[in-house]
Amino acid sequence: MRNVWIICQKELRSYFASPIAYILLIMFGVVFGFFFWNALGAFVFESIQSQMSGRSFPMNVNEWIIRPLLQNLSVVNLFFIPLITMRLFAEEKRTGTIELLATSPVRDIGIILGKWLAALALYACLLLFTAINFAFLFKYGNPDWKPLLVGYLGVFLLAGALLAIGTFISSLTKNQIIAGAVTFGACLLLYVFGWVSSYDTATWARVLSYMSVATHIESFEKGVIDSKDAVFYVSVIVLGLFFTARSMESLRWRS
Amino acid sequence: MIKVSQLTKRYARTTAVDQISFEVAKGQIVGFLGPNGAGKTTTMRMLTCFLPPSSGTATVAGFDVLEQPMDVKRRIGYLPETPPIYPEMETSEYLQFVGSLKGLLGVELTKRIDYVCQRCAIADVKTKLLGKLSKGYRQRVGLAQAIIHNPDVLILDEPTAGLDPKQINETRDLIKDLAGEHTIILSTHILPEVEQTCEQVIIVNKGKLVATDSVRNLQARARGAETVLVEVAGRNGTLEVPIVQTKLEQVAGVSRVFCKQQVDSRAIFEVESKKGSFVRGDVARAVVESGWDLNELRPAAMSLEEVFLQLTGNEATAPQETPVEVQA
Repeated sequence: MRNVWIICQKELRSYFASPIAYILLIMFGVVFGFFFWNALGAFVFESIQSQMSGRSFPMNVNEWIIRPLLQNLSVVNLFFIPLITMRLFAEEKRTGTIELLATSPVRDIGIILGKWLAALALYACLLLFTAINFAFLFKYGNPDWKPLLVGYLGVFLLAGALLAIGTFISSLTKNQIIAGAVTFGACLLLYVFGWVSSYDTATWARVLSYMSVATHIESFEKGVIDSKDAVFYVSVIVLGLFFTARSMESLRWRS
Repeated sequence: MIKVSQLTKRYARTTAVDQISFEVAKGQIVGFLGPNGAGKTTTMRMLTCFLPPSSGTATVAGFDVLEQPMDVKRRIGYLPETPPIYPEMETSEYLQFVGSLKGLLGVELTKRIDYVCQRCAIADVKTKLLGKLSKGYRQRVGLAQAIIHNPDVLILDEPTAGLDPKQINETRDLIKDLAGEHTIILSTHILPEVEQTCEQVIIVNKGKLVATDSVRNLQARARGAETVLVEVAGRNGTLEVPIVQTKLEQVAGVSRVFCKQQVDSRAIFEVESKKGSFVRGDVARAVVESGWDLNELRPAAMSLEEVFLQLTGNEATAPQETPVEVQA
């Protein structure tokens, strides 16, 4: 456990000692800031319309702002997660520092967990950044905070799963660009797999749709914690980290 | 301290290391010598538990590299060919990371960091970014990293590669200095390095063990007969090489004369003497008395270089001896 913490600390330090973390934070903040501004604009426009029409209908901040924003957030993940994970192992393999880690009295699983947790921690920082926007809603409006929290939990789990996949892909190559590109492709595919369910109900379509990370986030976005969706994300995390361990092992047997 | 027997590493098409066996006693400093691609790095990687052997066994301090890797790793300090440094870390930060990874804690860790900084002469770059350090400093940080947990065994893969002559000397001195406390294996393809720093030498070629012996024995083995290099110059701008050659061959005790090089009226001959005879004086006299100038006359000391070439280059002519086990 101590080793996990040592590796995690080291990874966090290299994220924050280089511009990586700050640039990701800024870009994430700007992109999400735009989404927020956009959603707010639409909300204001609609509520004025509803008042002008004479028969004003009740408008819910959660329904109109928070839920679409959470949806956007899971899309933005697709772009940022490869950027977080692509260097985790690829860089160590390229510079040869993997030899230092692999010849230290630390188990592979300790190295992998440390790295994944560091990536997750950086992602948590990005999420905290988005919370600034929501803070305004609480200042000037009266949204329900529970669905928001559940939504965050879902996005966090989703990110954990994608980060585990990214960690695995990064352990396969020496090249960060390859790791990033493949992770992006994999995340995107896992995201859009759910589309097939709209026109097909055959078994393969149902399986594909079940594999999609997007279908499992819906309940969280609605503010519902569905254990089956939570289990899905946790399983993907375990599977991703398990594959990473196998990949590190094979690195020893092949190289 | 280190015991390797029948160690083999096979890849899909090649055998990188082929049934190597040797032993290294505690406190020894051993040179692992071989041309590039001889299997030095692979052997070292197996000793450090980075690669598992295909067959055969290796034990470090009594622990098997396959069965008890954690115990082996705790007792080994390893410097790979390129120092495994993180460019975005400061030196002290880096040593702290490696130290805690190797299991050091608190006061002990701080003490060891101070000690290795002073030992490897990197105290003045403690707060510098590793990425900004010169090659020599990086190498020394690499060494500091390897000794931070005071391991029984140090494994250094080409510790002087890519350094300038001054840095090479400093690094060699440092390694010699460390020899008392640790058992050291260092790999190199530079021969003088082994002559200067090591007590024992293990020569490998194409994955096979060629010889293991003490440096002194190997030098002696090669030195049967004496070879002298003679540079002769003609007086009036011309020099008949065949005439000189016959003249030299006539000197008593000379077994073979061979013209190595000729430039204008100067020529360098390699004169081999028979075992036990001392021909330098006679050769000099013969040259001068025949009316030529003797520009240079020096013994071609058989360096390890030649032993090495003999052993690795032309296997047909090399003495096919069974490798001598390194004694304690």
